[in-house]
Formats: sequence, C-alpha cells, structure tokens
Amino acid sequence: MAADPLGGRIAVVGASLAGLRAAEALREKGFAGELTLIGDEPHAPYDRPPLSKQVLLGRARAHEVTLPRVREVDARWRLGVRAEGVDPIGKRVLLADGGRVPYDRLLIATGTRARPWPVPGQAALDGVLTLRTSDDAAALVERLDAGPRRVLVIGAGFTGSEIASACRERGLAVTVAERGPAPLVGALGGVLGAFAGTVQRSHGVDLRCGVTVTALTGRGGRLTGAEFSDGTRIGAEVAVVCLGALRNTEWLAASGLAAGPRGVACDAGCRAFDMYGIVTDDVFVAGDVARFPHPLFEYQMLSLEHWGNAVAQAGVAAHNMVSPGPARRPHLTVPAFWSAQFGLNIKSVGVPTFSDRIVIAQGSPEEGRLVAVYGYRGRITAAVSVNRAKSLEHYLRLIESGAPFPPGPGAADGRGPRPSVPSDVPDPRLLSHGPTVALTGHLPDRGLTLLRQD
Amino acid sequence: MSPQTLFRRITDYAHRADPYPLYAELRANGVVRQEDGSYLVGTYDEVAALLHDPRLSSDRRNRTEPDQRPLPVRDDLPPSFIGLDDPEHDRLRRLTMRSFGPPHSPGTVDALHTGITAIADELAGALHGRDRIDIVDDFAYPLPVTVICRLLGVPAGDVPRVRAWTTAIIAALDFAPEQDPEPLQEAALAAQREMAGYLGSLAEGRRGGPSGDMLSALVNDDGPEGTLTGPELMSTAVLLLIAGHETTVNLIANGALTLLRHPDLLVRLREAPELVPQAVEELLRYEPPVQFLPQRTPLTDIEVAGVTVPRGAPLVLVLASANRDPLRFPDPDRFDPMREHNQHLGFGGGAHSCFGAPLARIETQIALNALLPRLEGFRLAEDPPPYRRSPVLRGPRRLPVVRG
Amino acid sequence: MRIVVDLNRCQGYAQCVFLAPEVFELHGEEALMYDPAVPDGQLERVARAVAACPVGAVLAGERAGPGGG
Repeated sequence: MAADPLGGRIAVVGASLAGLRAAEALREKGFAGELTLIGDEPHAPYDRPPLSKQVLLGRARAHEVTLPRVREVDARWRLGVRAEGVDPIGKRVLLADGGRVPYDRLLIATGTRARPWPVPGQAALDGVLTLRTSDDAAALVERLDAGPRRVLVIGAGFTGSEIASACRERGLAVTVAERGPAPLVGALGGVLGAFAGTVQRSHGVDLRCGVTVTALTGRGGRLTGAEFSDGTRIGAEVAVVCLGALRNTEWLAASGLAAGPRGVACDAGCRAFDMYGIVTDDVFVAGDVARFPHPLFEYQMLSLEHWGNAVAQAGVAAHNMVSPGPARRPHLTVPAFWSAQFGLNIKSVGVPTFSDRIVIAQGSPEEGRLVAVYGYRGRITAAVSVNRAKSLEHYLRLIESGAPFPPGPGAADGRGPRPSVPSDVPDPRLLSHGPTVALTGHLPDRGLTLLRQD
Repeated sequence: MSPQTLFRRITDYAHRADPYPLYAELRANGVVRQEDGSYLVGTYDEVAALLHDPRLSSDRRNRTEPDQRPLPVRDDLPPSFIGLDDPEHDRLRRLTMRSFGPPHSPGTVDALHTGITAIADELAGALHGRDRIDIVDDFAYPLPVTVICRLLGVPAGDVPRVRAWTTAIIAALDFAPEQDPEPLQEAALAAQREMAGYLGSLAEGRRGGPSGDMLSALVNDDGPEGTLTGPELMSTAVLLLIAGHETTVNLIANGALTLLRHPDLLVRLREAPELVPQAVEELLRYEPPVQFLPQRTPLTDIEVAGVTVPRGAPLVLVLASANRDPLRFPDPDRFDPMREHNQHLGFGGGAHSCFGAPLARIETQIALNALLPRLEGFRLAEDPPPYRRSPVLRGPRRLPVVRG
Repeated sequence: MRIVVDLNRCQGYAQCVFLAPEVFELHGEEALMYDPAVPDGQLERVARAVAACPVGAVLAGERAGPGGG
C-alpha cells in the first residue's frame, strides 16, 4: 500500500454495480489519488435485475437502466475495453487495446457472464440468445416483440423463470426445460421448487423437468426447435439459454492469484489470495466474481450472484483499500436476494442451500403467501418469503443470532406449528441452472470437493 | 421515580405537553413490568423487531390479564382489521386496499392531489386578514375530514354529524382518571352504532350503482376473494373514517406547532417547498400523531432486550420513544427537516403499518405548503398549547396563534 | 434522473407506488417494478416517493458514468 492510503493509484476492473459503488465509496472516504475504472461493456454502469423483469415486459427500456450515482466520482473511465491481464510485479493492468494502467491497489470486480450454449454451431443459430447484459436484453425484447410462436427457456433458475414469466404475461407460448426436478430447486430446495413448478404450470408454462435439451435444431441458420433427452421435440423460434453464469476470471490466469472457475478467493476483508493461499494486501475483490468465507455459514467460501452482495462487498473493499490494518472491516452481510415472477415476490435471506431441513413457518403454498425457514444442524440458516416481505426481517434477526431450528411456536396467523421436512437441496451438478449461491468450499454433508482447473 | 409507574406517568395528562423526558427514562430502564401488568418497550431496535414479530398478536382477545385501560368502543360489530391477526387481517386489509391503492387502484391517492390542494388553499385563504387563528379548528381539522369524507363518499352536508360522532368516540379513548368513564363509554357506543349504521346504509344505497367512492367500491367490488360482509364493511368504514382524519389533524397541528417553535425552519420551508416531504417525515419522527401502540399481545413467552414478556400480557410499543432513541437517530431531540436515513416508526411498521400513510403524507405536505405563507407575522398565543386528553392520539386541542 | 430500488430492503409498503404511480408499480400483490429512467414530469413525485420510503430503499440521482458521473 502507498505510504498515504488516501493517495496513490487505484484501478478498478469491472464497471458495473460493484465497481461503481466501490469507486464512489473510495472518493467518499477521501481517496484523493488517481482512480481508473475499466469496463468491457461500452455502457455506463447499469442495473441488471430489471433486464429480466420490467424490461422484458416493455415497461423500461433495455438501454435506459443506467444506475443513479450516489455521488460524483472523479475518475478516468475506460469503458468498452477489456482487461486482459495483470502484471503483479510491475503492478499494471494490461488492456486489450495495448494500454497499461498502473496501480498500487487493484480492485477486481469483473463479475460473471452468461454460460453459453455448449455446442457452438447451435449457439450461433439465429434466435438462440442469452440474457446477462443490456444488449442481450434489447435483443431478447426485439425477439419477443416480434411475437414468436414459442419461446424455449433452457434452465429454470431465477433468470429462466423470470423470462418464462414475462413471456406468459406477454401471451407468448413458452417451454421451460430443466434437468433438475423443479424450477428454482438449486437455490431454494425441494419444497419451494415444487411450489414454483405448480405456479409455472398454472400460468400456462410448458414446464419439462428431468429432461435436457440434446440439440437445438435449425434451418438456414435460423433456430426452428429443440430435441429433448426424453425423445420429444418442439418447435421454437427463440431459445434463451439460462444455464447459469461463468465467472470472469480467465484474464487473471497468469496473475498468480487464486482465480478460477469459482471466482477469485479472498479473505473476509476482500483481500485476494494468491495461488498459494497467501493473502495479498494490494489486490481486492468484490461482487459476483469474489468467493469469500462467511462466519455464519461455518466459514465456507461463498460465491454470491447477488445485487446486495455486490453493493455491500464493494463498500467493504473500498473501505479496506484506504484504511490501515486495524481499521479494516470484515464483510459479514447476510446474503439476500429477490425475484419477481408470475406475480409473486420471492425474497430470501441467508443461504437456503446451506440447510438440511425446512419448515413453512407462516402462510402456505396453497394461498400463495408463505415464509419458509431453513435450518442446518439445528440452527436457522435462511428464510424465504413469497408475497410476505414484511415477515422476513424477523427471520433475518434469527439467522444473525444463530437461533435454533425449527423456530419456536406462536406465529400470529393461527395455523400452529408444522413439521419440518428435508430441504432437498440438490447437488448443483444435476441442474441445468447454476445456483445463484455457490458454497464453493464444501457442501453440507457431502465432504470436501476438490476442484482442479484443466 | 419507579420505572414500574412509567406507564401511569406517561398517560397522566400532566405530562401531555412533553412526554419525551419520560420516554428517555423508559429507554434507560429497559423493558419493565408496569404496576398494571403491562410491559413497555421504547428502544428503536426492539420496537422495530417487535413490529415484525409474528408472535405478537394485535387481537386483544388474546390477552390473559384483564385490561384496566380504556378499550376501543365495543359493539356487536366484528373488530376492524387493526385489531385482527393474519390471515383475517390480511384478507380484510387487501379487500379494502382494492379501491385505495396498489395493486388494483395505484392512482387513487395521487389523483386526490388537486382536490386536496384546492381545499387547503380555500381554508388558508379564509385566514387572510385575521389577527387570531386557531390552527386546529380553522385549518388542521377541516382539511382531513373533508378529504376523507369525499374519498369515502360521505356527503359534505353530513360532515357535522361525522364530527359529533367522532368526538364522542374519541372522548371515550381520551377518558381522564378523574372522570367517570361510564357515560363517556355509553355515548361513544351510541355514536359508533349510529356512525356504523349511517355508513352501512350509505354503502347499501350504492349497491349496484357505484358512484366512484370507496364505500361504493367496498359494497360492489367483487374480486377473486369475494367481498366484505355487511358487518365487516361497517367496521371497516368506521375505522377508515375515524383513523382517516383523527391522526392527520394531529400531524398537521403538531407540524404547525413545531415550525412555529422553529421560526428559522418555518421560513426555510416556506421558501423551499421541495423540502417539505422530507420535513413531514421528520415530523412523523419528532412528534408522531400516534405515540404508542397499546394493543399488542405476545402469543407465547417472548424475550425482549433480555426480559421475558409472558404470553397474554399487554405489550405497549412506544413509537414516539423509539423515534427519539439516540442509538438510532443522532441528536434525536433536535428537529431537523433535512435529516437523512430517517427510518422513523411514526406509521408503525410490519403487517399493521398505517393503511392511510400515503394519504396522511400528501395531506400534510399540501397543508403545510398552504398554511406556512399565512403564518408570516404570527406567533403562538400559548406555548405549550392545550392538549387533547389522549396520550395515544396526541395533539393540541387548540392551537391559537396571534399576530405580533 | 435515474432511480434504483434496493429490493432487499423493500418490504412492499408501496408508498412509492401511491405517490408516483406512473413510475412505480406493484406486479402482483407486492413485487415492485419501476422505470429506472424517470421522465422529467415525474421528478417531483419521485422525490416524494424517495422521502416516504419507510425503509430508505429508493435511490435517485444523476446517471452514473463518465461525464460528471
């Protein structure tokens, strides 16, 4: 670190939510040195959650989701240019256009990108799309506006389910193909997965679980349909590939950092580890690309594709980048996310996949309003509400305090205690959609998973 | 003094003008069982948590100890949703919301803006040339009552009857220890029966012929969850009519009082009306029109700040004290219209948060914008002004200002 | 002007929808959707919505990015 933590040169690679909020926080905290933001997209920082919701419904425009700023940021913006590498000795970020950005502190906030359809020839068919960027959303809106006879959504995670919801609201026929047993099961487990499946079908989604898409078929370079592992086939003019996200870490391959397919490992203070597991003091990580230990979840390394995590972690990283050792803060925010689909407001606190049991604590799936509470080894680790957002805060407090699972009796909705059941969180390898929370250390009761990058 | 007597002292009329030192004592003492068996909570974190705690009931029928304080008037009508728990509370509230706000009627409150401004301007205009004004009677009272009557579809000519009924009903809540409560309760019960019958027949008269007001909507609206029963409709209409103006009268009057005590800020807001929305939020923190929620009851033994509150005990959430908690609000006794991060509890919170909050907000914003220019050259004739009796619905009974 | 709502904080009090119904809407019973690009004619309403949010979840401001951002 520079002699004066408020001076020197900071480079932020990644100019989306985490990069922007970190840059603002750096200035807010008095950083007066040179600040450079590098982003591979040409657009100013924008908000992604609306892209699969109000943008697809035509209630907001794909290229007008620019984030509001919290404060002015005096910075050099290098937008539309990709970072290709880091020279950790010379302390420079290497840009694809040949440029070099020197730094004395570096923040990695390069996020994720959509996992593409694995067969390049099929992925190249006209009508095969992914949804991650505002350009993606603009392209998808254009396709939906054209009124396709059927849309195929591959993968029933949150993005896939939200797209299916928008299609149905637009009156479009939609088929959802999911390799796992239910939609959302990778993030929410079996009970709410089954509920989500019922909801999708009641909204007219042709939901096919336990199948994989074996081929996307085309004619004259245009998508015409898909074939499934159960031998069936459908016609479709649009296919949206929602197979989860890939972390943008390839550019760090020669950096000597602990960067791989599961993200860039860092400590609770957002400081990156190098490949030997030694913590650096000049490289920080925030947002979707980070994997970090969380004390509430047995210090497992978490990777969170969550809007709120990007904001919170960016704040902690920025603080620690300009603060001497004893003044540094840990990133302890309880993970949280939301989804809007099929007229339902789904909100989560904690880590539902870090669980062995689940109990419906309030409401019920039948009335479409509920709070589900997740426990792991007798401790509350997560809660999910469906159209019951005001109830969630109570359970957040229980998670933060490590309260016993199941929660005690007395819910005022008068339904009395209900039995807990297994949470049925599947092994993520069995799903089409990636989980939006990855426990990248080990999975509960499944032992340590060693990962090797080929 | 003993912390076990705090609730008695808070409700004592002698402390009505300034209960805030008692609230500071409450926060300092933590959760203490009162001599009447109730428990008071006045710290922000605890009140905020309890507002979201599913183990707290709003239904007084879950109390195990006899309630020694004045009850809301009882009748053969079912409780309104303010005194019920989910799923009944939720169902009634959702059905009522269908004609008041989103998702079914998102534009209702916004559309009232022009009409409220016209009423406020007319009332403010009538103050022109006066040397003495009672801000309550001349302005803070007539504005909200006119608005809620119009919204519900109560004819303007009946406003005096509404006022008489409301006064009788509130008087029973306001009862003073030195008075015999029986006649007040009797009068209140009669007033409530009359008001319920009146509103019920108004609604009935519009069955099949809706006239664009909320009573019409409540009687005619038949959504997927059905409609309110006759008695439910009457309970709900009484609640909407009374709660729909009583608290706003106090909010406007408390606002005028606070600004008259801070003339520099009054001038500032008059010159920069864009600051008024934030100022109204600060008023809701600083002088909330509902000081505490007296009707919560735990359904199981619960722990609050290290103290076990037993099942069935009256648990009083003192919103006005939470709003002055120095652990949450820096310099909490300072009125600062530009205050940031002002997540006050003036409208409660959680499932029972104030149904009419958006209407109260815009009415008070419009009211202050119309009133403040008229107060130039005026000062408080009495400070503190005479207060109404109620420690819950706290506000000035009269707010006389004079030129000079 | 641009807005973003922290929907982790949002508890569905819907004050923003009441106060600026052209910009904010409930999708179903409580899922909030909004137009991040606020039309000029809605600035005053959005300011009221920002002030009214009981959980302080609505952030309004100039567009982030180069050029003053």
